[in-house]
Parts: sequence; C-alpha cells; structure tokens
Amino acid sequence: MFKRDNVLDITIENYNVDAKDHAYVEKLSQIEPTDAKQLLDVGVDIDENTRIGTFIQKDNSVIHCKTSQEGIEVMGISQAREKHAWLSDYMWKNISPDTDKFTIEANKSSHQGYFIHALAGVKTKDPIQSCLYIAKEGFSQNVHNIVVAEQESELHIITGCATAPHLVSGLHIGISEFYVKKGAKLTFTMIHDWGEKINVRPRTVIRVEEGGTIISNYICLKPVGSLQMFPTTHLNGKGAVARFNSVLVAGPGSFLDVGSRIVLNAPDTRAEIISRGISSGGSIIARGDLVGKVAGIKAHLECNGLILNDGLMQAVPELSGYVPGVEMSHEAAVGKIDQQEIEYLMARGLDEEEAISTIVRGFLNVDIEGLPADLKKKLDETISETQKEMM
Amino acid sequence: MLQIEELNVEVGGKTILNNVNMEIPKGQTHILFGPNGSGKTSLMMTIMGFSGYNVAHGKITFKGEDITRMPINERARLGIGVSFQRPPTINGLTTRNIVEICDVNRSVDVDELAKELNFTDLLDRDVNRDFSGGEIKRSELLQLMAQQPDLVLLDEPESGVDLESIVVIGDTINSLLGRQIKCPQTRPHKKVIGDHAKSALVITHTGHILDYITADKGQVLYNGILCCSRNAREILKWIREYGYEECVRCSNEITSWI
Repeated sequence: MFKRDNVLDITIENYNVDAKDHAYVEKLSQIEPTDAKQLLDVGVDIDENTRIGTFIQKDNSVIHCKTSQEGIEVMGISQAREKHAWLSDYMWKNISPDTDKFTIEANKSSHQGYFIHALAGVKTKDPIQSCLYIAKEGFSQNVHNIVVAEQESELHIITGCATAPHLVSGLHIGISEFYVKKGAKLTFTMIHDWGEKINVRPRTVIRVEEGGTIISNYICLKPVGSLQMFPTTHLNGKGAVARFNSVLVAGPGSFLDVGSRIVLNAPDTRAEIISRGISSGGSIIARGDLVGKVAGIKAHLECNGLILNDGLMQAVPELSGYVPGVEMSHEAAVGKIDQQEIEYLMARGLDEEEAISTIVRGFLNVDIEGLPADLKKKLDETISETQKEMM
Repeated sequence: MLQIEELNVEVGGKTILNNVNMEIPKGQTHILFGPNGSGKTSLMMTIMGFSGYNVAHGKITFKGEDITRMPINERARLGIGVSFQRPPTINGLTTRNIVEICDVNRSVDVDELAKELNFTDLLDRDVNRDFSGGEIKRSELLQLMAQQPDLVLLDEPESGVDLESIVVIGDTINSLLGRQIKCPQTRPHKKVIGDHAKSALVITHTGHILDYITADKGQVLYNGILCCSRNAREILKWIREYGYEECVRCSNEITSWI
C-alpha cells in the first residue's frame, strides 16, 4: 500500500531551478521533432491553423509566442509586466504567496508563465493554445500564469503540459490566477502528459464577476508521478456560472489527488463539478467541494470512479451550505463496471471484451464544448490507446 | 423458431420458473400475460441468457440450435433481440452509438429511423439518461430496428407510455415484425411478407398493447407456471372481466399435478 504523505512530500531542494536558455523559433514547424511529438500529444496544433494564438515555454524559455486576433494578447508574464504596469494588481491577488511551500518557492524563483488577455467585448474565433514543457532532467519549472477576460469577452484556451520523453525526474509548480469579468466567458481545457516520475503542483484560483462563466476541462490519461491540485473558484457576482469536468486515469505508480472547490458567494450563481476517474493499478483521490454562502444558489457535484485493477479510487464529495435557501447535491459512486451495462451491450451483439472496452471509452469521453475537430480526434485516439493499455 | 422444454429457472436459489414449455413458430407473435412477479421478465432474461438466471433443468432451442448455455452476444448474433423495460444508462455512450453497434451490416440510416420514431432530439444524448417511459421504449425499438432480429422479445412495451407514443410504438413493432398494414402496395401482400415475417414474444401485464398489434396466440404465466395457452384476445377478455383470479385456480390445479 502507498503512503499518501510519502508521495505528497516533496523536497524542493532536490530539484534545480537553472536551465539553459532555448532559442526562440518563428514557426512551430521548426521545433525539434521529438519535442513536436510531445506537443502534439497534448493538443498543440503545429500548423496553428485552428488556433488564434500560441504560447510555448520550454524549461524557462518562451520559445514561441504569437497571436493573430486583434484585441487578444498572448505573451510571457515578464514581458507582460514590463508592458502593463497594472498587472501588479493581478499578481498574487487571488493567491497568497505564503499559501504553502510551493507558492513560496514560486514567489522566490519564478520562470515565466503566460499572460493571456481578452479586451472588453472581444471573442476568440478559435482557441488559444499554450504548452508548458520540461526538457531538463531534475528541473523545477515554476511558472506564474495570469488570464484576464475583460467585460463581455470570450476566451477559449487549450493548454497542454508535457515533458521530454527521456525525462526521469522533474517538478512543475504552476501558479495560475484567472479573472473573469462581468459577462465574460472563459473556457479552459487542460491536457496533461507528464512522465512517470514527475511531480506536479498546480495552484489555481479563479475569480468570476457578475454574469461571468468559467468552464474548466481537465484531462489526465497518461502516467504522472504525483499530481496534487485543488483549484478554487470564487463566484462573486450575481448569476456567475462555473462548470468543472475532469477525466483521470491512474495506472501503476501514478498518484492523483485532484479536485476543485467552488465558492458561491452571490445570488443566482450556479456550479457543477463532474469528475470521472479510472484506477488501473494507481491511486486517485477525486475531491469536490461546493460552498454555498447565500440563498438562491444551485450547485451539483458528480463523482464516478471505476476500479479496473487494484489501486485506490477515493471519492471525497463535500457540500457546505451556510444559509437556508441553498440548493446543493452530490452523487458519488465507486466500483467496478456494472454487469448490467456489459450484458445490455452483449444483448446488442458485442462480446464481453468489446462491451467492457466500449463502456470504458464512453466513461472517459467527456463532451467538451468548442473543442477543435483535430484535438477531439486526437483525444479519442488517446482514450482508445489508454483503454487498451488498461485491459 | 423458439422452443422451450421443461424449463426450470432459479434466481438466488429460489425457483422462479417451473416446468415451462413453449413454442413460437416462425412469423408468429405470442403474448405472455401475467401479474407482477409471475416470472414473465425472468423468462425473457433466461431466453436471452442473462447472468443470475440459472437454468436448473430443461432446454431452450432457437433455429434448431441448443442455446441453453450460449453467451448472450451469440444469441443476439443468432437473431434474438430484446426490448428492456429498465435498461441501464451508460456514461458517454449515446443512443446513436448503440444503434450503430446494433447495425452490424451498416445498412440503416440512423437519422431517418430516429425521425420516424420521433427520437431525433435524443439521439446524441447518453443512452437512457433521464429518459421517460416512452423515450425508453422508442430508444429500445430504434435499436431493434437496426438489429433486425428474427425473434423479438418485448418487455411491457406499453408501460409508462402516453397515448400519443403508444401509437408510434405499436406502428414500429408492427413494422419490426413485418406485420404493418400498408396498402396499396406494388406487390401482393403475401410476397411483401414472404420470408420476412418475424417471431415475437410480447410481455404484458394489462394487455393494452393488443389494441395496437396483432397476436397469434396468448399464454398466461402465474407464479412461474404457464397455466394457460389459447387465443390472446380471449385471455385478455377473461383477465379484463375477472383479473388474474381464474389463472390462480388453473395454476393451482397444475401445481397439484407436478
């Protein structure tokens, strides 16, 4: 049996924070083929046809960054701080730097990260893509990301995180502060493909104003040493909406402690968390925490876990209501595949093995609004591969 | 087509079906009446081969093959199809996906079929998720239309269905069985039916479905015993007049022989 504390305890000093600079490339097609493949796997469109902006960071260098739509800014955070003095009003405002040792470390020594900004009323025609990539052995990549969707704007960001194929050890600390202003909409899709020994500690806090919407999709189908994250969203304005979907697979050696907290601070706010996890020899702790502070809010949490091979699948749904008038519910189920479902499909002609793989593929298939066709296809392929590996 | 001989079935060690004998010839529709808990659904689940229904004695033959111990999917491939009363929801699998699974020969236009069954809006939703009674029936029939089985087992096709839906459901069942009344046709009726006539076993508690489909024969199952086998409408008249009381008497008599 694994010891959770052993897995989660990381000695930051064991990682180094220096890496050589990587050269900037004008075109994504000039990226080294081994890197390009890893990028493709986490949803980066190398041709940039169906993306209106791109941000690629390798270790601590921004190696490619551009945007093709008026009113949308995509740049490295250090460049952004030089350009916009007001950015200091957004840095470390959602998250306190002394939250834990990872935020302290990121505050002490930070290497870039992205700044993505939609001006008021501007709507992205296609998604913006970003990728944070670790290539150096034993490196601790500490990034600070800021996303600001101004009033009535719409931003769709697809971000992938990956490592070089040879990498054995590494640490990623990601501080992310997102601001969704009045009537704005942010769709944030994150795909992770770390390595078997990589430790990942994202620290994310999102603030949503009146009538704003945050949709977050998180997909982690590939091995990761340990991943621990618990993004918090504050719905501060009337009618704000948050929808969080996650799909997790933990094979042998992978440890995922993933969840989200949504705090409903204003009337008519809505929140939904849907989490699906498959433990196939690894460990998943799927958390969800909904906090209802005022009357007239609605929140729902769904957490389904399948155990295909011995491991741990722990669902931790929490609901906290502070006043009468809150409407909050959760459903959680953990277990093996329902025999009834298998036999239902067998009655339609599939053999037992086909029926099980169909159910697993369906389980991992979350419909993501506005996902480009190439990425949808890529994800379907990854799901098929993952399902085969698990069986 | 289907032959059941001396069938004894146990569920959780308890006898649910007792010495059931039944034959459904090719092209015939049989109605299986019986009160709740009489074993109707268990008989259907046993014919299809679901786990938990243990055949303690007897034999099921389909198209001349002994299928008593055959896996579910092989029975489906051989030509048996079921419409379930309470099918499970499958996360991430849409009705369209499952209809495509049923359509082994890739010969069906799913959208066209869905239109006929008034199902277009639900086609791309997870199968059976929050479906109403009528929606479940239409989804099941949509799957069977794609599967085109030679023997159709229908579990309570009218239960939980509103009046408007039941007309559509009746029409679809008739079309599935090659028994729809459609005139004039270019070829004589006899030729249209030809070899296409399908067999069916329709489970019903109330018998309302008989207002919409035609039946060749009726049977009554009471307490795990087939206690009556005769004209379906005649049975329905008895049941409408006296409930299942008379069936209790008949089955008691049979029990005293066994």
